[in-house]
Amino acid sequence: MAQIIVVTSGKGGVGKTTSSAAIATGLALKGHKTVVVDFDIGLRNLDLIMGCERRVVYDFVNVINGEANLNQALIKDKRCDKLFVLPASQTRDKDALTKEGVGKVLQDLAKDFEYIICDSPAGIETGAMMSLYFADIAIVTTNPEVSSVRDSDRILGMLQSKSKRAEEGLEPVKEYLLLTRYSPARVTTGEMLSVADVEEILAIPLIGVIPESQAVLKASNSGVPVIIDQESDAGQAYSDAVARLTGEELPLRFVTEEKKGFLKRIFGS
Amino acid sequence: MQTSSLELKGSSFTLSVLHIKHQDLDKVAQELDSKLAIAPQFFLGAPLVVNLSAITDGEYSLAGLKDLLVSRQLVIVGITAAPSAIAAQAKTLGLAIIKSGKQADNQPQLPKTTKIVKQNVRSGQQIYAKNGDLIVVGAVGNGAEVIADGSIHIYGSLRGKAMAGAAGDRNAVIIAKSLDAELVSIAGQYWLTENLNEHSTTQSGCIRLEGESLSVEPLAL
Repeated sequence: MAQIIVVTSGKGGVGKTTSSAAIATGLALKGHKTVVVDFDIGLRNLDLIMGCERRVVYDFVNVINGEANLNQALIKDKRCDKLFVLPASQTRDKDALTKEGVGKVLQDLAKDFEYIICDSPAGIETGAMMSLYFADIAIVTTNPEVSSVRDSDRILGMLQSKSKRAEEGLEPVKEYLLLTRYSPARVTTGEMLSVADVEEILAIPLIGVIPESQAVLKASNSGVPVIIDQESDAGQAYSDAVARLTGEELPLRFVTEEKKGFLKRIFGS
Repeated sequence: MQTSSLELKGSSFTLSVLHIKHQDLDKVAQELDSKLAIAPQFFLGAPLVVNLSAITDGEYSLAGLKDLLVSRQLVIVGITAAPSAIAAQAKTLGLAIIKSGKQADNQPQLPKTTKIVKQNVRSGQQIYAKNGDLIVVGAVGNGAEVIADGSIHIYGSLRGKAMAGAAGDRNAVIIAKSLDAELVSIAGQYWLTENLNEHSTTQSGCIRLEGESLSVEPLAL
């Protein structure tokens, strides 16, 4: 039975696409057949982060409209043969997504894949609602700042009232908190909300804390999901999150300020 | 302007209902007399409605029953639950046929119902407990609204808006485990965060309406 996972947040720019790419890649590297679907119709980015933008021929909207079949639109990842990308259309808008159309595509994907990762657009309009409607699991990506936390709270309300599982009275969507762009140093100085603050407000289980890292931007620009970069703290933190998603129990890393060694203090980090 | 010489208004009265359970007038007369003997003043001139649901015989003499009751100085204003043949007799005797208004009259107020929410109320969600209290076992987030015609109890942090006594109940209260609200209101009187902070230094508390202004008292929850 395929698991449909939505990566959502409400607010833009918190790291949904980066997280979708990393989590999908992580699951595939663990041997699970995974597809990551870009729901951000009109502002497609996932293909860039995944480094497959030059291989997009058909897209999600083409499949919904019956202009192409799934096999034509799915792009196989170059690094991992268990990983596929279903890109969004850049020339259409969110209204191209219909509940029936999306439902049909996800149903077809569920026959072939273990995990379907839905990369939600920002906002609470059609695109975002469509991406979370069919979800079994929601990964709520949140930055440690008040506006992001409030928008995440709003999205959690939507998951509890507007999802298919809520409407049909099934077991509710499993919700997990993924805290991104976390900077322990700024938490210490009181500029940023702490893990505990965010957990207290949102009251859902924490699946990972991704530290603010130069590696993320570098990875995005070079079209390599940051999880591939296992030298980086962000890459390792995503690996931990993926492991927790598949049921492993791991202690949290990168949540306390790193004591700078003598040499680091002299030469900088 | 000419004042009207009459006015028609609906009004309800409580009337005693006499249930006749036997056809035989003599038997009824005998039992009635013994009843009247217990409290003769109470029944004197009392207006009565006669319930004839137990009488099935269409030939039953309503006139006979009326004479019997009038002779004991009881005033019959009408009959109820009578078979149609007897109802026809009532017309000729000048008695009203009264429909029991039990269902309509006996529901002046719906019973109070309590609404219980066993999860966090998230930003953008609104919960309204009509005609009753609202109990939230969880937190009310920033940007969430909880409203009740009665009182509101929150077993968690109140960070959003809470409006109790929405239909005007001035005795309603708001109780929260942690008062960190955007707005609290009782029967239309409200406080914003800053007003609340002026009056309260405590975490958990009870907000009530005293006169025209709100007040907060600390509670150990």
